[in-house]
Amino acid sequence: MSDEYNQKNTPLEAKSSETMSGTSGTSSKDIDYVRPAELPEQDLYHGHSFITKWIFCQDAKIIGIQYFLTAVFTGIVGLVLSWLMRLQLGYPDLVPFITPEHYYQFVTMHGMIMVVYFLTALFLGGFGNYLIPLMVGARDMVFPYVNMLSFWMFFIAVCVLMASFFVPGGPTGAGWTLYPPQAILPGTPGSNMGIILMLASLSLFVIGFTMGGLNYIITILQARTRGMTLMRMPLTIWGIFTATALAMLAFPALLVSCIMMTLDKMLETSFFMPAILQAGEVLDYGGGSPVLFQHLFWFFGHPEVYIVALPAFGIVSDLISVHARKNIFGYRMMVWAIVGIGGLSFFVWAHHMYVSGMNPWFGFFFATTTLIIAVPTALKVYNWIITLFRANIRMNTVMLFCLGFIVTFVNGGITGIFLGNVAVDIPLSDTYFVIAHFHMVMGIAPLMVIMGAVYHWFPLVTGRMLSEKLGKWHFWITFLGAYSIYFPMHYLGFIGVPRRYYEMYDSPYVASATGMNEFITVAALIVGFAQLIFIYNIVSSLSIGKPAGKNPWKANSLEWLTPEVPPAHGNWGEKLPVIYRWPYDFNVPGAKEDYITQTTPPSEVINAEVQKT
Amino acid sequence: MSNNSLNNLPEGFKGMSHDMGSDQTAFKGVQWGKVMMWIFLLSDTFIFSCFLISYMKGRTSTVVDWPNTSEVFSLHVGGVPVPLLLIAIMTFVLITSSGTMALAVKYGYEKNRKMCGWLILATAIGGLTFVGMQIFEWSKLIHEGVRPWENPFGAKQFGSFFFMITGFHGTHVSIGVIFLFIYARKVFRGDFDNGKRGFFTTMKSDYVAIEILGLYWHFVDLVWVFIFAFFYLW
Repeated sequence: MSDEYNQKNTPLEAKSSETMSGTSGTSSKDIDYVRPAELPEQDLYHGHSFITKWIFCQDAKIIGIQYFLTAVFTGIVGLVLSWLMRLQLGYPDLVPFITPEHYYQFVTMHGMIMVVYFLTALFLGGFGNYLIPLMVGARDMVFPYVNMLSFWMFFIAVCVLMASFFVPGGPTGAGWTLYPPQAILPGTPGSNMGIILMLASLSLFVIGFTMGGLNYIITILQARTRGMTLMRMPLTIWGIFTATALAMLAFPALLVSCIMMTLDKMLETSFFMPAILQAGEVLDYGGGSPVLFQHLFWFFGHPEVYIVALPAFGIVSDLISVHARKNIFGYRMMVWAIVGIGGLSFFVWAHHMYVSGMNPWFGFFFATTTLIIAVPTALKVYNWIITLFRANIRMNTVMLFCLGFIVTFVNGGITGIFLGNVAVDIPLSDTYFVIAHFHMVMGIAPLMVIMGAVYHWFPLVTGRMLSEKLGKWHFWITFLGAYSIYFPMHYLGFIGVPRRYYEMYDSPYVASATGMNEFITVAALIVGFAQLIFIYNIVSSLSIGKPAGKNPWKANSLEWLTPEVPPAHGNWGEKLPVIYRWPYDFNVPGAKEDYITQTTPPSEVINAEVQKT
Repeated sequence: MSNNSLNNLPEGFKGMSHDMGSDQTAFKGVQWGKVMMWIFLLSDTFIFSCFLISYMKGRTSTVVDWPNTSEVFSLHVGGVPVPLLLIAIMTFVLITSSGTMALAVKYGYEKNRKMCGWLILATAIGGLTFVGMQIFEWSKLIHEGVRPWENPFGAKQFGSFFFMITGFHGTHVSIGVIFLFIYARKVFRGDFDNGKRGFFTTMKSDYVAIEILGLYWHFVDLVWVFIFAFFYLW
């Protein structure tokens, strides 16, 4: 059957070094045994012209960079929107063009851009595309053409999203959750073209992401190199893999809710629309359920949090391990924690809806599942800390960002436990406490990882190091600045300042809130401008950065072990690499150096006390 | 067939986890495209599940009564309303096309180009007949005044959900039909025998593509069974 590969009498038995008999008394040839290749050599497309090489490119590395740059562009738009919001909150009426309508539009677009078009696209599209084939030892993604379509679909989605800034009425101002009925009724800014373009853009994003996601999953499952067992994959890959699996199952709910809301808007169906009086006039809508939308949206929305967080968990584990020169503590526990968090994330969505009017008994169930998620998450935090414990830590920029991540994540995670409880959530709901919580846990914490990852992998992508000096300035301003922004927001939440309000007017808490709002705004401006250091660092290092050479961090994982740095098209030259161990063999007693790369065969480290992996 | 080599695996769950956790591939001997289709279908299952669960929620919480489906969907044969007639024929046609598709996959792997091609064509015609009958049913309902935004027989959500979900499914069938025609042409031309490279993807053609298309087609049929049950029998 052509369904099966030519197997050349290869037994299909799973055989890693783990299942092999002891090393004593066997020749080095035996202990270096790795099952022969199951897969034929990948048939690669080779671009020749400028267009096929750099624009409609089918090389996952270029696609990753394309995703990265597009996502960063949208992220900068989101950042500017947040400045405008902060200016209004800190200094009302300072900027004349920020009307209440504009403010809501900025809130909405900032949220949607940051969550979907920036973080999701950056982690999965950017890091996923670049790192997956390199880290699992493949020549490319398994469907390079579909991968290329995925990026261009994302690009179109971004264009449609940006176009909504320029249509009559402007972009939608319904809040990033787009709750009906207000999202599509007059009175909400952008309730005509704005919301339609937003829904269209999200649908396109889902379609594009599905094409990319299939690539990521199947490359990880079916295209690993010889010796790369699932339990030898770097945690980065585990994080990206699980996040992609979540996305494949969560985005359908978003797509369905987008389709239904588009029909509600354009054909006046009443999926989400109850009977509504508007300015004394009965509308044609009736009989629909707004809570249904919330269920669909959060069935997507909560896994989405982990779609952003899990790749960050994975990447930060690898960065910590490399820069602390120590194996990651509890690798298998980390893997199962990632998978467990991913699975649980589908059973917690209604904790976003405690005040929505759903059946109050639901709250008990969802509070319980929400708090259960704290268990695997806490395991991960402990493992990171134990990895650092008595490690040979290099205090470079990457490590600083990793430490920043752990601190920020613990902070945001603990406020998450507050908000997961119904009784505590109800008074805190829709206050700045919530803003502080989710910006800490899924804004700043993943951003710390992204920045650390950029400092870490920039030498791989470009062959040059980023400046450490500028990097440290960048870290400290960003880290302290981010805390200056979000720490006071906890307090604002406790005194009851509601989120999404354009102005505080003459509320009783205005006196203490005003000064704090001004402080937060100044901090936000400073942190935003500090990112210019980062951009300058990247741009200038492209030409004046110190040449990195091969494997500058002395890492073990496969992406650093390509014959050419930066890796060329096809990644591996003549022969695919063969893997003998996990990527965390640092400071192994008895080894010549403090790291043993994944491709080092057991016969070369015969006297070292290597763990069997 | 090389299944003999699978004999030396540990049995049961242990063997499965051994296999999944081993190097190179998690699903041994399964081609990339086939895994891709399975995972895509898993994702698509979630789309249809969301649609159908929304439908159940919409139907059970509407304030106006749901129309009597056996009346609304009945055909008048000689002046007598016969419930489920059209839908029974539609379902029969679609399930039959699943059978011809399965045979096409079999003949494909046997490299029987002629039979494979004709059976794919038969499947495509079955799908086309289904879409044609669906158009007939839509136009009948539209003629009677059912619209996505209104419904003379009862709750307006009936029209909304019916047109949206059968429309989404019909789009799936139509996309399948287009690909079936393309693949029939490819089979007759012999692309799968000589491994001709694809026009867009530049990847070599292989008979496994027919099985992948078959997976999609069976999925679309399976989804129809659920839509049938939820819309016409409930």
